[in-house]
Amino acid sequence: MPMLHTVNKSPFERRTLDTALRHAVKGSGVLLIEDAVYAAFEGTVVAEKVRAALGDLKIYVLGPDIAARGMSEKQVIDGLEVVDYGGFVDLVTEYDKVQSWL
Amino acid sequence: MKLSILVNEGPYQHQSADSAIQFTKAALAKGHEIFRVFFYHDGVNNGTRFAVPPQDDRNITEEWTKLAKENDLDLVICIAAAQRRGILDENEAKRQGKDGDNIAEGFRISGLGQLIEAGIQSDRLVIFGD
Repeated sequence: MPMLHTVNKSPFERRTLDTALRHAVKGSGVLLIEDAVYAAFEGTVVAEKVRAALGDLKIYVLGPDIAARGMSEKQVIDGLEVVDYGGFVDLVTEYDKVQSWL
Repeated sequence: MKLSILVNEGPYQHQSADSAIQFTKAALAKGHEIFRVFFYHDGVNNGTRFAVPPQDDRNITEEWTKLAKENDLDLVICIAAAQRRGILDENEAKRQGKDGDNIAEGFRISGLGQLIEAGIQSDRLVIFGD
């Protein structure tokens, strides 16, 4: 069932992004928050995996958590959508269910 | 829409308590109803009024208390998780023979049934944790 998956750990620390991408069916959304925003940038070893997932999934990243880490939205992989907390709330209501991968 | 929040991480541990507060504020600003915020595992540490963070740092417990007061939120702390971590209200302190309580204003201690009810009554349950 398409749903919203939230991931909050860096892909360089834990495997929850992999798990979320493996479980998310076509039409689902994946929202990167907290340290998971590190998965959203160009030039990392996970960038290709994230780009490949964009075919079936929508991938969102929380803008305030990018800024909190001194990173720039300009470094975000093309095709990802940057949202704020209001956008986070909208995603929660747009998808039928929310699965938080902790 | 009716939303509930589950907080599984303590304040100042990583970022989840902050994320939960920001999400709750944004949801209220958009006119959604917050049915309940449930604090479980180390999340119960959000509810002690004895924490004194440095003055130039955010006071997470006070933020919850303020948010609860302004929006009539139901902040519920899991009793079993609270007892393990020394979070007590007046009744629990008396029942356990302890010499004082430390629960912050706006929080109440109850059981896991409150989490199950929140899951049933709400349109969405959003989980923040470590």
